[in-house]
Amino acid sequence: MAVLVIAEHDNAALREVTLHAVAAAQALGAPVDLLVAGAGCGAVADAAARIAGLGTVLLADDAAYEHALPEAVAPLVVQVAADYDYVLAAASTTGKNLMPRVAALLDVAQVSDVIEIKSGDTFVRPIYAGNALATVQSSDRRKVLTIRPTAFPAAAATGGSAPVKPVDGPPAIESARFLSQELSRSERPELGAARVVISGGRGLGSKENFQMLERIADRLGAAVGASRAAVDAGYAPNDLQVGQTGKIVAPDLYIAVGISGAIQHLAGMKDSKVIVAINTDEEAPIFGLADYGLVADLFQALPELEEELAKA
Amino acid sequence: MKILVPIKRVVDFNVKIRVKADRTGVELANVKMSMNPFDEIAVEEAVRKKEEGTATEVVAVTIGPAASQETLRTAMAVGADRGILIETPESPEPLAVAKLLKAVVEAEAPDLVIMGKQAIDDDCNQTGQMLAALLGWPQGTFASRLEIAGGTATVTREIDGGLETVALTLPAVVTTDLRLNEPRYASLPNIMKAKRKPIETGTPADFGVDVTPRLTLLEVTEPPRRKAGVKVDSVRDLVEKLKTEAGVL
Repeated sequence: MAVLVIAEHDNAALREVTLHAVAAAQALGAPVDLLVAGAGCGAVADAAARIAGLGTVLLADDAAYEHALPEAVAPLVVQVAADYDYVLAAASTTGKNLMPRVAALLDVAQVSDVIEIKSGDTFVRPIYAGNALATVQSSDRRKVLTIRPTAFPAAAATGGSAPVKPVDGPPAIESARFLSQELSRSERPELGAARVVISGGRGLGSKENFQMLERIADRLGAAVGASRAAVDAGYAPNDLQVGQTGKIVAPDLYIAVGISGAIQHLAGMKDSKVIVAINTDEEAPIFGLADYGLVADLFQALPELEEELAKA
Repeated sequence: MKILVPIKRVVDFNVKIRVKADRTGVELANVKMSMNPFDEIAVEEAVRKKEEGTATEVVAVTIGPAASQETLRTAMAVGADRGILIETPESPEPLAVAKLLKAVVEAEAPDLVIMGKQAIDDDCNQTGQMLAALLGWPQGTFASRLEIAGGTATVTREIDGGLETVALTLPAVVTTDLRLNEPRYASLPNIMKAKRKPIETGTPADFGVDVTPRLTLLEVTEPPRRKAGVKVDSVRDLVEKLKTEAGVL
């Protein structure tokens, strides 16, 4: 019995979600190894080796893995997986892109977006946008899982000293090429990992008005999120979308501003510890689950909030 | 160029689902069913490629109960040329669906498969990637932009940190995200015309595919409900409560 976790990184640093994937893997009660596939990513492997409780860090350092294209990485994972009973990754866009490809090549079912590990073969996952929870038992000998990072704690990033062992994969297929990426640059914490998130909806009315949220976010050390309606309207970029098909967040404090609370959005934030809603419509569904609701015009409430926070 | 569009019949996205009292699943009797919204985007994209002159034929395929014929008719009313129904009593798991789709791809030889990134019932987000793996084709998942030229699909993908663009040598599998396009509504004349378009039917046995589930559904439960909290009167009151009562500021 052993677990292989696929690390997520940008060839320079390990992403936070990897620590959550390791913690989920450790809950399976078997030794856990980590695979770092990338190009020039030795520093990532060294950092990964310090994660508490890892057996071995496997390093596949090759130009073919630079952009984590699933066409290249999946055959590598399949080859390495021969020695493991579980292959596990975070249910991020990277994990969602890669893992079903791995599962199909291994001829096993994937269990997506696991939020609870009941036993070695039984897992709980949300269905219907989190409006129901399914408990499923896998009969596959080798199990492929993606885990929801917010549902598991982060493993300690330091304290371990796992050996780093180089591995090679099969030659990559050349039918997919990376062209470019446009990453949002922000000094704010990452949406999925932030302790406080302040999100805006269509009620904000424009891209410019989102800056009101940004000022408050900076005061709180918060990440900025958006509803699908706000993203569709072009007020905020796609990577800020919180919801069933966007980011799932579970911060200590979630402030929803001008968001009515479509099921789709609630699916992405209802596990937050404390939820605040600010909306003019007192019938808005968001008030049905907010711990603190303020029925107010956001254009008055936001400047007031900024002022109150400045006093503190 | 031929485009194959796999679609799924699911509970309409506006329906508030109910978990069955005996915890065996979700209540599906007398519930409005529709095409999975991500699949509507896939059909729309394929039809636009045909209207632009990039594609010559759009074939919709669905796997599920006989009533899934309605979903094929919807796709044809929007512009798909014909439909294929593989009849199964229930929706098979993504891996079995991907195997059936592989068999359809082998029979139909499309240059491109466009499909939804996930179905809004089981929220698996697997089938497109699995199909690409089984075929040995490249994949462009979570697409917000798709351009086809000179045997290459250029796909802009929505990823956690922003956007990524990849070039895929056709044939390829592309899965749709929300912002790829806004699907049209079918016009009444087109709905009438769709009734005369051909649908081919078959079963998994015709394709020699074993659809036995690998996962056993033990139970389906309601998620823990959050109770509504309190209304506060002012921003000052709110900040006060967040500091003293909730202790999160």
